[in-house]
Order: sequence, then structure tokens, then C-alpha cells
Amino acid sequence: MDILRIATAGSVDDGKSTLIGRLLYETKSITKDKIEALESASKRKGLNFLDLSLLTDGLIAEREQGITIDVANIYFSTPQRKYIIADTPGHFEYTRNMVTGASNTKVSMILIDARNGVLEQTFRHFFIASMLRIPKVIVCVNKMDLVGYSEEKFYAIKADVQAIADKVSFKGQEITFIPMSSLYGQNISIQTTEMPWYAGLPLLAELESTSFDEIKKPARFPVQFVIRPKTEEFHDYRGYAGKIASGSFAVGEEVTVLPTGQTSKIATIEKFGTQLSTAGAKESIVITLETDVDVSRGNMLVKAHNQPNQLKEITARICWMDSQALVSGRTYILQHGINDSKAKIISLNSKIDVVNQDTIENGVSALKLNEIGEITLRTAKPIFADKYEDNPANGAFILIDDQTNSTVGVGFVL
Amino acid sequence: MSNTILDKNLSINSLFGGGVATPKHGYFPRELEDEAIYIMREVAAQFEKPALLFSGGKDSITLVRLAQKAFYPGKIPFPLVHVDTGHNFPETIEFRDWLAKETGAELIVRYVQDSINQGKAKEETGKYASRNVLQTVTLLDAIEEFKFDACIGGARRDEEKARAKERIFSVRDDFGQWDSKRQRPELFDMLNGRIAIGENVRVFPISNWTELDVWNYIKEEKMAIPSIYYSHQRQVIERDGMLWADSEHLNKDADEIPFEATVRFRTVGDMTCTAAVASEAVELDDIIGEILSAEISERGARIDDKRSEAAMEKRKQQGYF
Repeated sequence: MDILRIATAGSVDDGKSTLIGRLLYETKSITKDKIEALESASKRKGLNFLDLSLLTDGLIAEREQGITIDVANIYFSTPQRKYIIADTPGHFEYTRNMVTGASNTKVSMILIDARNGVLEQTFRHFFIASMLRIPKVIVCVNKMDLVGYSEEKFYAIKADVQAIADKVSFKGQEITFIPMSSLYGQNISIQTTEMPWYAGLPLLAELESTSFDEIKKPARFPVQFVIRPKTEEFHDYRGYAGKIASGSFAVGEEVTVLPTGQTSKIATIEKFGTQLSTAGAKESIVITLETDVDVSRGNMLVKAHNQPNQLKEITARICWMDSQALVSGRTYILQHGINDSKAKIISLNSKIDVVNQDTIENGVSALKLNEIGEITLRTAKPIFADKYEDNPANGAFILIDDQTNSTVGVGFVL
Repeated sequence: MSNTILDKNLSINSLFGGGVATPKHGYFPRELEDEAIYIMREVAAQFEKPALLFSGGKDSITLVRLAQKAFYPGKIPFPLVHVDTGHNFPETIEFRDWLAKETGAELIVRYVQDSINQGKAKEETGKYASRNVLQTVTLLDAIEEFKFDACIGGARRDEEKARAKERIFSVRDDFGQWDSKRQRPELFDMLNGRIAIGENVRVFPISNWTELDVWNYIKEEKMAIPSIYYSHQRQVIERDGMLWADSEHLNKDADEIPFEATVRFRTVGDMTCTAAVASEAVELDDIIGEILSAEISERGARIDDKRSEAAMEKRKQQGYF
């Protein structure tokens, strides 16, 4: 069974919580006790309907203020696959949360209130979905019941959104539009009865039929942990444990160790004692090599003919996530996958006005919380990264403040 | 509009032709195992003194299996730590000792009774008295005693809505407290375990698993679990619409007369805070079938969660898991 990870993004009051509640309800993922708890909580708040946002607003502060603060992870499954929704708040620290929530996902669901059409937020949603190179965007035009299920309204919104998409989307990104009413269950799991003019699939069927073509990526195996049991049975055993970032490896193949450049051949690929002949992206495995070479945590096994750059100077797009601004000249810890290094910001090249798609190049001195810009940094030791655009699984890094230990930014190698 | 959201009798089956769709629920998504093993290895690499918190429940048994797999053919490079409340089911304790022996892992046990004797924790009174809250004291003492900098736990985000917001690496201050507003963003699969002296990290490798995933995994891996998860005969009392296991630890009212029932436990905590469910399930397939058709969520049987809507978040702020 596979997993489809989805990020949802919306604005205030566009019915995102209701939509998620609907999906859970129609896939029978809410149990009776949770519905009962919801009923009593809704009543306590003086509401005469079920407030489905209470399902996901898990923190006291969120319920007090009636807003979603943090990314919530929601799970449901159908007979076809398991779904994980990263539900990102519509207004609080928006960019930081959406980038975080969307970083592991393949589908971005963007909500639009049919009454309001395209908002400033819609620009941000599209920009972030494209920056993260999310391959599929589903534009959910919600609350169609409040505009009389109007075909004209839907197509007007679609044209507006398409105009934004034309500016920011990348080649191969798929964009689908669905008119719906999550309150009345129109086009959620059941084909709409109110909009006969819509010939496409309802949301759930669209998700169920989503699949992605395998795109061949270069083989990257970051070594996480060296296993040396030193027992009688496994006296000379040296296994390199890790999760394949991208591409695949096979027994007998020649590999190059970065940064030393030493080469060897793969003797075995193992999973808890099971011998495999090949393994692919995202698989956690142990590799043993035919010859004794020097390999430790943070090193990377690659194929000789397709190596990543060994970078000590990196230019990257960066999204800042900390209340203390990024300043040029400061030193941070850069973590790329499981490898890390000290890194100094050499220059802050530009800042991007996401809404107007403008790049500001002059007089940029700091990058504040939720801002996106371009930086150049220098690392103390080489980083084995690909361009994010070419290989997202090996092209992103985080920056850590060495005084607070917080994760303060995320970078995408240009 | 009181029932507009839930009024229509809709079902997923109507989309897939009235239930004729091939049920694929029986398959465990292997990606979840790869993710959990990756997290286990990050813990071993990033921390100096990690520990695996073992409760004897199915989730922590799953963690032990994942740790075994992550470091094979090496041994699990950290101890299993059990906070024994003294109110555990005897079957759980028996299973714990067997599993530690079977895997060759180091087992450390610390007792809530000792914390009570030392005057650090106070026994609750009344008929709802349990040691659930008290175990936090013993846990924090154990963390201090052994200087653990990372504690692996089996919490899942689908269990409870405060847990749905918790990170995989959850940083706690030196009082073990969780601050929901100071959580680090977790991007892609990059885990930042850097902490100051005195702080520690709670790690949740099966964050993205659901109850059903855990059971499918137990089935596909042919794992042993404590017998109380299967249907058995037991003396119980009925209270607040739930079946409570009778034991010397349970404070009963005069009119609460124990009777024998055929039950099993869906979730296993202390005898005083876990309710039983009437069940005839004697095999894993029966259990999985029960979960698929259940109308009540797993933690619906956790009396400790029912104290208030924010019961979990409040306990987490105090250093609970």
C-alpha cells in the first residue's frame, strides 16, 4: 500500500477545516466518540452546528482564539491508499508553516472561497508550491453553494488562477480545478448533483487516481550510521546504514565514496538480514562493500559517472523561519540531509516579493521571519548537494542557529 | 443546519461500487518502516545517551522491533527503560522481561512506588485514582539519573489532537516540559537534535502510523504481543459505560460488583486507566476486523484522556509523553 502526502493551504474562513472534516467523515475516518466529543465542544461554544475545525485545532491556544496556529497532521485511508494531510494554518506565520507542511508532500490542495475569488494568499500558495516543486496542485473552489453553483463564477476564478500559475508554475506541474461545497458534500467523495456542467472527478476520486511517473534521479546514499557488531559471528562486519535519498543501487555496482573519492563495489544490500539485489529511493538499508575503504557518517555513496557537486560555496533560495532576522556575515550550522557544517553567509543577494513576483536586489540588509530571498554562503567542509530543481531529495538544507539550536531557515540550492 | 454536515448517509463504498472494491487495508505501507528506521538511526548518531521508553504496549513493542531492524546485525545501542507504576497488568510485565531477554537489550526499570516513598509523588485518592500522572515524576528522575538526552517513545499523531501537532524530535526543557509554541520546524526528513545541557528530546519514530498500521505491521512481522490484547475471560466492573478490569488497585464503590466477561484490551496502560472492550477476537485478523468497523477511537478507552478536552496537552506540558 502506498502513501499520498498532501498539503492543504487556505485563507481565513474559506472552509478548509470543513473540507477536511468532510473527507474524514465520508471515508469513515471519524469514530463515534470523536463526533460526540465534537458535538459537546461545539455546544459549549454556543454553536448550533458541528464545528469540524475542533477536530484539528489540537492546542488550547488554538481553541481559545479560534484559529489554527500550527501544522496538524491528519490521517485517513481508503481501500486504495493511505493519506497524510499536512494542514497548514491560513494566517499565523503563514509562509513558515506552509513551507514546513508542504516539504514532504506530492500534492498541494489550495482552497479558494468562490465568493471572494483570488486573494493575496493565493499568490503565496502558488509561489510556495512551485518553489518546493510540488508536482500536483488541486485548486478547490469551495463554497459553490453560496454563489448558486454558478458555472460562470467557477470559470472566472479558474482563469484568474491560471494567470498566476502561468507566471510561477514549472514545466510538468499539473494543475486541476474542482468546484465544490464541503458543507453540503458536493464533489468531495460523491459526484456533484448541483453542478451538472462539471465533467471532472470529485476530489477524492481525483486523489485516488493521482499517480506520478518515475523520473530517473541520480543515485545518492548518505551514510547515517556505521554498524560494527564486533561479535564472533560478525567479527569483521562493517555495514553502512542509511536511507537512499534518490536513485537506486544494485549489488555488484561500483560506487564512489564522497568526499574521499575512494571506490569500491557493493557486496551486499541488506534489510534486517534479508539480502536484496537492488534498493530504491526512500528505502532504509545497510550496504556492505567488497573492499576496506574509509566511510563514516556524513559521507555519501554515489555512482562514479554521476556525482553531485562538492560545494563549499552555495547560492540558494532561502525561506527564513525565525523571529531573529538573517544577516549577512553571520555564521550558522548548515544541515544537508544528515551531513552538517559551519556556514557563513557571504552575501544576501535579493529578496522576493511573493505577491507581486518582484525581486528586490538593492539595499537588502536582512531577511525577516516568513521572507524569501537569495543568499550565498560558504561552508567549512564540502556539501554533496544537487540543484534542488534537478533533484529535490538532495537539494535542500536547513540552517540552525548555534546559540539557540533552533532551525531558523530552509534553503534550496540554485 | 445542525445536521447538514453529517446528515447524508454517504459512504466510501458508494464511490467504489458498493463495497466491491478490493480491500487493500491488509497491507502495511513499508515506507513507514523505512522512515521509522531512519529516525532510530538518527537518534543513535545524534545523541550520546538515548533510551527507548518501553511500556509493554503494542506501540513500544513495535519500537523494539524497529530498533532491532535498524541496527542489525548489531545490537540495539540503547537501553529499554520501563517506568513501572505498580499498576501494570501482570501479563505486560511478564512480556517485558521475555522481550528484553529475547532481544538481548539492556532493561532498566524504575518504580513509581519509590517516588511515592521518597515523598516526590502523592498517591491519588477516590474511585478514579490512578498513577498515570505520577509516572512523569519517576520518568524525569530516571532521565536525570542516567543523563538520558533522548527518549524514544511510541506516541502516534492519530491518537489524540495535541499529539497531532507534535514533532518527531520534540525538545523538552530540563523540567521535561513541552512548549507547543517553541517547536522547531521539521523540513523534509532533516532532524535537528541539537540541545543545550539539561534539555532532552522526546523522539517519536511512529508518529505517522495509525492504529491500523501498527496492527498490520504486527501481523506482517509475525510479532508476539501480550496475551491481554486477545480475547480472554476477566473479572470486570461496569463504570461510566466502560468495562474496567477488577484488581486490588481499583477503588470500587459498594454497588460496583465484579462480574466475568469476555474481553480484550485495545490499548494497554495501567489497570486503573485502561478500559477493556467486549471482544471475541482471538487472532490478529479478528482484531484488525474489529478496528476497521469500530465506532470508538482507540483512546476512547483511555480514562486518563477523559479528564478534560486538553488532558493530553496539559500532561505534556508537565513532562508526560
